[in-house]
Amino acid sequence: MSQAGRRERAALEVKFVPDEEVLKHIAEDSGIKVRKDKTQLTVTLKTFVKKLEDISDDGAQEILEEKNYVAALGICAQGSMGNGSSVSGGEVYSFQTPKRSSKMVELASELAQTPGQIVAAGHSECPEKTAKTPQSSKRPGSNKAQQRSKKKEFVSTTPYRLRKRLAAPDPDLESESEYSASCSEGDEDDQKEGSAGLSGQKTSAKTKAASVSPPRNTLAKKVKEDKMSNLVEEYFEAHSSSKVLTSDRTLQKLQKRRLNQQTLHDLLKKAPLAYAAEIKELNQQHESLFSKWMLHLHWGFNIVLYGLGSKRDLLEKFRTSVLQDSIHLVVNGYFPSITVRSILNSITEEVLDHTGTFHSPLDHLEFIIKRFKEDSSLELYVLIHNLDSQMLRGERSQQILAQLSSLPNIYLIASIDHINAPLMWDQAKLSLYNWLWYETTTFSPYAEETSYENSLLVQQSGSLALSSLTHVLRSLTLNARGIFRLLARYQLEHKDNPSYPGLSFQDFYQQCREAFLVNSDLTLRAQLTEFRDHKLIRTKRGGDGVEYLFIPVDDSTLTDFLEKEDEDV
Amino acid sequence: MSTCSVSKGCFVFKPSPKKRKLSQKTVNYFRERNNASEDTDVRFVTCQSLWNQIKLETEQIQEDLNKQLFDNLVSFLRQSHSEFQEKTTEWTCRMKSREIPTAALVLGVNVTDHDLTFRSLSEVLQNNITPYIALLEAKDCPGIKNLMQKLMGQLMNCYIDVDSLEDEDHMQVSQNKIRCSMTSIISWYQNVTKKTDSETPSKKRTSSSRHWQSPPVVVIFKDMESFTTKVLQDFIVISSQHIHELPLVLVFGIATSPMIIHSLLPHSVSSLLCIELFQSLSCKEHLSTIIDKLLLTAQFPFKLGEKVLQVLINIFLYHDFSVQNFIKGFQLCIVEHFYSQPLSVLCCPLVDAKKRVNSLSHDQCENIRRLPSFRRYVENQASEKQILLLTADNFLKEITQKLLEDLYVYHENYVSVLRCLHVFTSSLPKYPLGKQIRELHCACLENRVWETEEYESSLQLARMLNKSDLVTMLQQCVEIFVSSSGKEFDKTIEKLKEFLTQFQELEVAEAFQEQDGSVSAQKELQKKTDLYHLQKTLLELKESRRSKKLTKFEMLRFEVVDYVDSLVRTYLVPADHKTLHEIMYFNTASVLRGHLNAAPRVALHTALNNPYCYLKNQALKSDGGNISNKAPDICIVYKLHLECGRLINLVDWLEAFSTVVTAVEGPNTDAASSDQVDDIIHARFIRAVSELELLGFIKPSKQKTDHVARLTWGGC
Repeated sequence: MSQAGRRERAALEVKFVPDEEVLKHIAEDSGIKVRKDKTQLTVTLKTFVKKLEDISDDGAQEILEEKNYVAALGICAQGSMGNGSSVSGGEVYSFQTPKRSSKMVELASELAQTPGQIVAAGHSECPEKTAKTPQSSKRPGSNKAQQRSKKKEFVSTTPYRLRKRLAAPDPDLESESEYSASCSEGDEDDQKEGSAGLSGQKTSAKTKAASVSPPRNTLAKKVKEDKMSNLVEEYFEAHSSSKVLTSDRTLQKLQKRRLNQQTLHDLLKKAPLAYAAEIKELNQQHESLFSKWMLHLHWGFNIVLYGLGSKRDLLEKFRTSVLQDSIHLVVNGYFPSITVRSILNSITEEVLDHTGTFHSPLDHLEFIIKRFKEDSSLELYVLIHNLDSQMLRGERSQQILAQLSSLPNIYLIASIDHINAPLMWDQAKLSLYNWLWYETTTFSPYAEETSYENSLLVQQSGSLALSSLTHVLRSLTLNARGIFRLLARYQLEHKDNPSYPGLSFQDFYQQCREAFLVNSDLTLRAQLTEFRDHKLIRTKRGGDGVEYLFIPVDDSTLTDFLEKEDEDV
Repeated sequence: MSTCSVSKGCFVFKPSPKKRKLSQKTVNYFRERNNASEDTDVRFVTCQSLWNQIKLETEQIQEDLNKQLFDNLVSFLRQSHSEFQEKTTEWTCRMKSREIPTAALVLGVNVTDHDLTFRSLSEVLQNNITPYIALLEAKDCPGIKNLMQKLMGQLMNCYIDVDSLEDEDHMQVSQNKIRCSMTSIISWYQNVTKKTDSETPSKKRTSSSRHWQSPPVVVIFKDMESFTTKVLQDFIVISSQHIHELPLVLVFGIATSPMIIHSLLPHSVSSLLCIELFQSLSCKEHLSTIIDKLLLTAQFPFKLGEKVLQVLINIFLYHDFSVQNFIKGFQLCIVEHFYSQPLSVLCCPLVDAKKRVNSLSHDQCENIRRLPSFRRYVENQASEKQILLLTADNFLKEITQKLLEDLYVYHENYVSVLRCLHVFTSSLPKYPLGKQIRELHCACLENRVWETEEYESSLQLARMLNKSDLVTMLQQCVEIFVSSSGKEFDKTIEKLKEFLTQFQELEVAEAFQEQDGSVSAQKELQKKTDLYHLQKTLLELKESRRSKKLTKFEMLRFEVVDYVDSLVRTYLVPADHKTLHEIMYFNTASVLRGHLNAAPRVALHTALNNPYCYLKNQALKSDGGNISNKAPDICIVYKLHLECGRLINLVDWLEAFSTVVTAVEGPNTDAASSDQVDDIIHARFIRAVSELELLGFIKPSKQKTDHVARLTWGGC
């Protein structure tokens, strides 16, 4: 929650507070304390009830805050579509980061439990639960078991932790490792949870030792102090220790097939899109504004679209329905190798029919600006999907795009998705862009935007990298391929060593000589330059000044590559 | 042609030339939504002409405000190289010190406005001082080489501009081929000045009337702070070497404070400059003038409602201090108003409006009848008149004309009385109604101002003003009313003048009284010298003062204040109490705020936390801070990830996700298809996680296998 944030705010602004509000504050505070205390006592569900109450409390507070904010801006009227405006900044910028590790599982089970219904702010359905979990649970074990079993009725696949706490005699699960710090060794964590040697994290994790509650007062005090300390300190506290409490389980142990892009795509096609009707309605709302967009564009504004959901389809619709008869340029910002230069090139080459190269993007831009200023009948619509993408978010790219968009006969419509996207622009750029913001929350999946190979869980296939690797290597001499293979093998041998720096040049030379691949270090160097030009290898200087070589490709791709190579040879 | 590709990121679409219409008229977009109403063309034209008028006005204001500054600058530039013209020995001895004359122009933090200032500055200089001006921006000059290139390009181009195309052969050599160095600039300069010397006398006359024989070369650094120190230093050092051959003058545009010159440049470099400081007008004053000239005038029929004005002012005060942005917001208001309000066709000067009322269609009449303010008006009429108003279009038009006229009169009076009130309130201690007239304006638009506490307290304070202040204020008010265009103020002026004469009379009378009083008091004091009596008389004096009835002056003061109060009550009625105000006033602040001061992060937050805001499905409905487990995947994944610390284990995450999702779908999935379902869930999870990554909530982490790092962080 946003307690800390709010506290800080309170420190900053002095305002008159009526008594009711003070009371509310106190009430809320106590609520939090209880919630914080629960870290080590009371049963899961009980705490949830608490938490939910808290949340409803927060809601009231938030509305109050929001009123203040709105009053400060002098607006009361709510937009028809701008529902977003009803949230205060404090809420948006505080993302809860609890220190306990099992929270996610808890929330999941809780969400799963309420069958089809909303997890309401408590009061209606909670009394039943509270009745079941007495305040001072003396016999937590039985109580819990009862609840767990109840839970199990609802949940088909109970989360791992819960299953475990049922003490079900499931051997292979029991042997699984539990939570550990990222740097701790795995063996220690194989201990049973109930064992006496509870390590630090385990106590902090919610354990069944709920009945043990000795240092309650001190803890409460500490919690209070914690809250007082400002956000900055908390931030550094959270980021200072290298220990992170997460479980050690990996996807490999899950024995789940790694999906590649194609299967993922197929699977997603099978899964029906939730709330298609509502999403369609949303889109229709946005589409009704197309003529207004055009109007604003022609009045000298540029348009930026924001909000959750892919805006690609919307822009495509706009393009096909309105821009059919005018020159327009579509830029896929999410395309992994898009550059400003390629955008400028397509303007000069295809729109202005100019052949020729330019020294720098600045010259290039100047040329375009000149041409557009000379010919006022020339009009160009530029649509940029994801103006905030990795490749375009740099300062210089934005500067150039901003200057381009400030031309009166270039109309820019762009979409942004990243939460910090507006930070790209300073005042000067903002005034060049002359944005009008349009909220277009579509809730459509970012299918196209996330389809390139760089996404998180799909990267394993690495087929693009692999094919480029083989293509380049095929054009090289046999010896050169041998050299590369040698390096690749060496790298694979050391793949388990996290601090593997790469193969030092001297060692590499030695090995190559032994394999009769090179006859002098000069030939090797020449070969390496070639690799480097193709970005096949990278060099890094170690602390002792020795040059280390490595291949910037992940291990699985490298293994595949070697297998293929071996087949060829 | 599709825009999806794995090899290309840019797609150009060029319709065949014959199919391509020559740019669809903007008016069409204006029409599209409101095709029911036939006045769109008129509306569009009105809108455009109004905006053009306003634009001209703002430019005029800007010019007027900068005049003083530019005059100073011009005279500085004239002086700076006067010696160079005379070619005296004094010049050489001064130039031995190699100081470059420099004007430091402190422009304030509203960087976005500077562009306009510089543009007009270079225009002024071009007309008065020299054709050789180069405007440099930091973004164009990452290195000294680029700077010189840019400089030469601009100097040589401007030469061509001034002297037409007569010596094209000279420019044949493209600037890229000339080596960009100071010497080539100097040789160019000498060439140019020599040429003007040898030109035909008639030509010389014309040019020398505006410029001297050897005009200075002005180099303007638009944003001095953002230049690389190295580049600036190099340029200054190099050019100081050549100052005796090239009359160079630098102008630094400074956004922060003049101290920046010394912190950017080391002493050895800054000592090469002979700096003179120029201060431009503050942006706040600029805004006041703009508001004064655009809003507080009867010249333009279009008005801003209270909330809209407040939004614009707040954006100005809390976000950018940029007058340009304020004007941009104003422009947006105009467009929005004319676009969304069909009756805005009547938002034009009164003469035209009356004509247009006559030609209104039936639909438009219905639109008028639908206006809330008009309905209020109808309700207050007699019943037979009500029927007429609601049925007879002609009668309605007649009344509308009258009402519009009323509205115009109201505006004229409003402005004068507002200014008058501002004269009073702006000098009160603590400014209960605000220091600026815009604050007062907002207060008056918002409510009946006389019902507010602030007004009450300011009246009370006004009742304690001293005489000399009161008299000057009254005089100012008289001036305001005399200069105002309102016709009803003859009486008011008379009344105020009467007050003034009364004050004068009072002064004379008081002078007499005072003499009397002081003489008698003195006498008494002289008479009784012992302590007891003195005390007694003093007490008596005090007593009498307390119980004393109001003096004449006080009575008069009360009268004045009451009179002002009555003026306020009659003329400063808030606009939305006026019938037909919707035609002139733009009041939908939410639209404006959504477009100008959007909160993308809030929208994202709401969508993730409370999807019901957007997807109106009962299953998603929830109160409090929780979401339903039927929410879209991304919302669930987001919600789950909030429960994690700095690192998130993907396996745990996936499992939690599948717990939620399978629970929703129900346990009826039989064992055979369970594997299949699992895969789909897995895929959905992958998609949601990649989406979160795209949105910037997480990133891949190498710290631990199969972990991602959270990027958002907050308290609790």
